[in-house]
Amino acid sequence: MLIPFFYMLRDGGMKTSITELLMLQEALKSGLAGQSVDDFYFLARTTLVKDEAHLDRFDRIFAAYFKGVEDSLKDLMREIPDDWLQRQAELALSDEEKKLIKSMGGFEELMKALQQRLDEQNERHEGGSKWIGTAGTSPFGAYGYNPEGVRIGQQGSRNRSAVKVWDKREYRNLDDSVELGTRNIKVALRRLRKFAREGAADQLDLNDTIDKTARNGGMLDIRMVPERHNAVKVLLCFDIGGSMDDHIRICEETFSAARSEFKHLEYFYFHNFIYESLWKDNRRRQTEKTATLDVMNKYPSDYKMIFVGDATMSPYEVAYAGGSVEHWNEEPGAVWIKRLLNTYPKAIWLNPEPKSRWDYTPSVKLIRDLMDDRMYPLTIAGLDEGIKALR
Amino acid sequence: MPKQKFTGTRSYIATDDLTMAVNAAVTLQRPILIKGEPGTGKTQLAIEVAESLGMPLFEWHIKSTTKAQQGLYEYDAVARLRDSQLGDDKVHDISNYIMRGKVWEAFESEQQPVLLIDEIDKADIEFPNDLLQELDRMEFYVYETRKLVSARHRPVMVITSNNEKELPDAFLRRCFFHYIKFPDQDTMAKIVDVHFPKLKKELLTEALNAFYKVRDVRGLKKKPSTSELLDWIKLLLAEDIPPEALRSENSRSAIPPLYGALLKNEQDVHLFEQLVFLDRRNNPQ
Repeated sequence: MLIPFFYMLRDGGMKTSITELLMLQEALKSGLAGQSVDDFYFLARTTLVKDEAHLDRFDRIFAAYFKGVEDSLKDLMREIPDDWLQRQAELALSDEEKKLIKSMGGFEELMKALQQRLDEQNERHEGGSKWIGTAGTSPFGAYGYNPEGVRIGQQGSRNRSAVKVWDKREYRNLDDSVELGTRNIKVALRRLRKFAREGAADQLDLNDTIDKTARNGGMLDIRMVPERHNAVKVLLCFDIGGSMDDHIRICEETFSAARSEFKHLEYFYFHNFIYESLWKDNRRRQTEKTATLDVMNKYPSDYKMIFVGDATMSPYEVAYAGGSVEHWNEEPGAVWIKRLLNTYPKAIWLNPEPKSRWDYTPSVKLIRDLMDDRMYPLTIAGLDEGIKALR
Repeated sequence: MPKQKFTGTRSYIATDDLTMAVNAAVTLQRPILIKGEPGTGKTQLAIEVAESLGMPLFEWHIKSTTKAQQGLYEYDAVARLRDSQLGDDKVHDISNYIMRGKVWEAFESEQQPVLLIDEIDKADIEFPNDLLQELDRMEFYVYETRKLVSARHRPVMVITSNNEKELPDAFLRRCFFHYIKFPDQDTMAKIVDVHFPKLKKELLTEALNAFYKVRDVRGLKKKPSTSELLDWIKLLLAEDIPPEALRSENSRSAIPPLYGALLKNEQDVHLFEQLVFLDRRNNPQ
């Protein structure tokens, strides 16, 4: 019964591995989960979820999978005394069978055997047939078995609150497709890090010193190396104003995170789309412009290019000369972005609009084509994907 | 093997899910990774686990410059070099220059120990990967002396992380994981109770109300957490602030006394004061 749950988790996009599944089996075997669903939930969560961003997803899948199981447990508790069932189960299975079950490790087999035995019994089980029917998938079967004997039933009477723990969805705001804070962005951006030694040699290289000294017959020969720095270089271009007003906060966050993360970070602003000039100070955008050509000449092509913009505009602004809303552009924006992409082959476009809305805007499709589909939503998950494409 | 169960201690309130995670880690002898907001008692957990299970505790605090090797052992080549030039006899035995790290110490412990690896995310991204083998097999090889060091008793490993770096999957798969979520008001009352058993009920209720109100202020850079609350209550007691001072008819417009203990960031203090000021102006009493 754990295996379908395991696959459901994987289908739900969680990266649960076999190691973790086996770990859970082992934990169940050692009797950790006792006999209550709450304990089982806690145990499964601590074993299978390794990132608080996935806790909410886990809760939802858990709820979906185990819905109804608990109700059937309640019926069970009401109708059959615990010790009676326990004794019955122990009687019902011979030692060989226990061994067999143990060797097969299959709980379903156990439940089938148990069901057979109990079916042969008298009316005491009429009401119970319901739960036996569902027992094949019930968590009850999974931890009801323990190698010393087969025990079925809940220990004590735990008071169950009306809302189940996993139904509270307390971890909702940690889900990575929802929230994006500076800290999260930093974590995502750090994936881009690439260390290299450059600059003045100011650190003692112990290994090399020892090596050289040994070769030198014991006379000290000090060796120095430069410190390691993050050598990734990033060019950030932000769309500003107009339709981007709704996304200012998220862009600010991305910007502040990126700024503290990279030593070589250059940023420029543009309005709606890239044309012949960009600017660094939005208040003086008319007077202090930098020609896009100068940017391409100044920053070598090992810079990684990140555009941030909602890509929402009239298609003319991309495809036609003179399409810009602010000025007369001699060449269409599409030509400029192609030039930039030729200079900086590692480039992505981050879009703060939710991905589900992209299809409704023709310009988004146009720009996605220009970017060779390297457009990602500005969420942690999207950023992660984008960073992968940049590497 | 009869095992004691961890259930929290007199000075530490553990929720059901946390107890389960710790017990799972102790029983299956695998590391447990603890994450959560700063100040929710991640490091404290290891200390309490050690105390409640009666095990010795080894603490290894990680810094950005820490290397995995340092937890195992270090070879002090410079000292040996110096001794060799001074003609010291020690120089002939290389084991004189092997310095044991925290992991080695924990491995050598007579009794099953608790090993705390604190703030593992501070170190370089590769750090957890470098420890995989050691955590899995609980042994490592000392190349200089050609000796295999293996743990006498597999230590209970508690690893904390502040989420500054993502940890590698291979590492995560070997651990149990627990995210300490911020305690709700009931749990918090229990936590305060174990720290200040003689606290008057009124003061506690008022303090908690005020505290959660501050936490609810939107846009704070660093929300106050459990440890800040405890500090604040200590201050309130020291200054002998009456519960009435924390209460106010128009509760949103009150600045709690000594709120400097709760807000540790000048921008947050500023924001908070502004909000209170705005609120007062909008709702004059």
